[in-house]
Amino acid sequence: MRSGRRRFSWTWVGLVPFFLFATAFLLIPTAYLVIGSFQDSAGQPTLQNYLDLSTPHVTSAFLASIEISLVTAVLGGAFGFLLAYAVIGGGLPGPLRAGLLTFSGVASNFAGVPLAIAFIFTLGRVGFMTALLKNVFGIDIYDNGFTIYSKVGLEIVYFYFQFPLMVLIMAPAIDGLKREWREASENMGGSSAQYWRYVALPILTPSILGTMILLFGNSFGAQATAYQLTGGTLNIVTLLLSAQLRGDVLNNVGLGYAIAMGMVVIMGGSILLYLWLQRRAARWQR
Amino acid sequence: MKLARAWWWIVFLVGFLYFFLPLLGTFLFSLGNPLGAVGAPPSLEFYANVLTGPGSGFWSSLIYSFVIGSITIVVSIGLLLPTAFWVRLRVPRARPFVEFITLLPFVIPPIVLVFGLISTFSHPPLPFTYTDIGSSALLTFAYVILSFPYMYRAIDTGLQAIDIRSLTEAALSLGAGWPRIIVGVILPNVRVALLSGAFLTLAIVVGEFTIATFLARPAFGPYLSLLGQTRAYEPAAASIISFGLTWMAMILIAFIGRGSRARVAVAGAR
Repeated sequence: MRSGRRRFSWTWVGLVPFFLFATAFLLIPTAYLVIGSFQDSAGQPTLQNYLDLSTPHVTSAFLASIEISLVTAVLGGAFGFLLAYAVIGGGLPGPLRAGLLTFSGVASNFAGVPLAIAFIFTLGRVGFMTALLKNVFGIDIYDNGFTIYSKVGLEIVYFYFQFPLMVLIMAPAIDGLKREWREASENMGGSSAQYWRYVALPILTPSILGTMILLFGNSFGAQATAYQLTGGTLNIVTLLLSAQLRGDVLNNVGLGYAIAMGMVVIMGGSILLYLWLQRRAARWQR
Repeated sequence: MKLARAWWWIVFLVGFLYFFLPLLGTFLFSLGNPLGAVGAPPSLEFYANVLTGPGSGFWSSLIYSFVIGSITIVVSIGLLLPTAFWVRLRVPRARPFVEFITLLPFVIPPIVLVFGLISTFSHPPLPFTYTDIGSSALLTFAYVILSFPYMYRAIDTGLQAIDIRSLTEAALSLGAGWPRIIVGVILPNVRVALLSGAFLTLAIVVGEFTIATFLARPAFGPYLSLLGQTRAYEPAAASIISFGLTWMAMILIAFIGRGSRARVAVAGAR
């Protein structure tokens, strides 16, 4: 017992630098936000900051962020899955698969400021596709209520990193579908639809849902893309927090802390769900 | 079966157009939009303006971001390699705690992280943001935190593939000390994992905007953002260059990682 205790203290010393660094630059700053969210401007304990989250401006920012994240996670995940399956199981020429996977690595990291700029030049008011649709097809999308600087516009932009992320994560899972499973299903007279309904989808569902949760978090926490695209005017939660940090609006530090905590709670909840689904998905990946 | 394949072709083509058109549009604008209403002949002057124009912050901001990125990589590896090694060798019980902390940056988005850092380090006793060097150090530390999830995973996967116990025992019996073991024995054996983690870090740090802008650093992300708000065609040229840089980093990762098990190169939200 005693010697066990001594070994314990000695070996853990090797991890001190890591824990010290994480404490200084991750845990203490986070703790600062947590504590601040429960204090008023005079430093007295209060719950007012959390009650203030229910002001319409803040609520609608959270709802808009959640909506954008859900839409891009579900649709981005669905199309990303189809895209991955098209090059892996859809019988398309082999080089397309390598090409798509390499490109996905690039595109999933081509996020932020340059991505927003690319879309402004493509679907912005004077963008290349906007002009093409107007001059060649006679459709002025901006006269028809479309604008890239909106929620829908932001969703279209976010797909640019959501599709590739889904492709990258789903490709190994689709590869993991064993040929024997399909053959077994066919031998027992199962149709292609039945194979998907009763074999492939139940196996893939935890991975698909898990990845969609990652996509959700990926767009929920995104700030740079939205800032560059809309100049910070769209009322989503990351831009609301940016404005708060710049001191433009609210002028209420405590509320800023509470907004940050709200984001952390939503992100944390989604990651817990992800880890749980991962455990279920792992069953089939041996 | 034929019909099904036609559907998959349609899916692929829709995807291709979606990915290709924004790049084409940006490329056209980077040449001065030769197909536009004005129809000016294509020109490389906007690339020239970005790369060599008077007062262009392109090189200074890019170099700044590369330097910060390089320091980030060194600090991140210096912190995580010994930690992951030690966890595997001696304190497997610590694994859940270490993994939990390396996952936290997924839960705490960059905008929240920088909020916390500014709240903590913009006043005594630790006034990092009072000086340029302090702010740059804080930026580097923030990037080290951002690199935790994929860097730790890359290193841990690398360590899993080698027999660290035998290597360590052999090195110890030959009289090597711990620093020597980590730098001279373990590090060369996981260099593939380290390099792919390093290039991913570089790709992310060089384009990062949120943290750099709130710490008021002259980095590439804020430079590109300002360019996008103030110039007409130059942002397109700079974005194409930035896309090329990302492409290069990813090709290097693929090249280095060839032959080893394919690893997903995924970073957090931007």
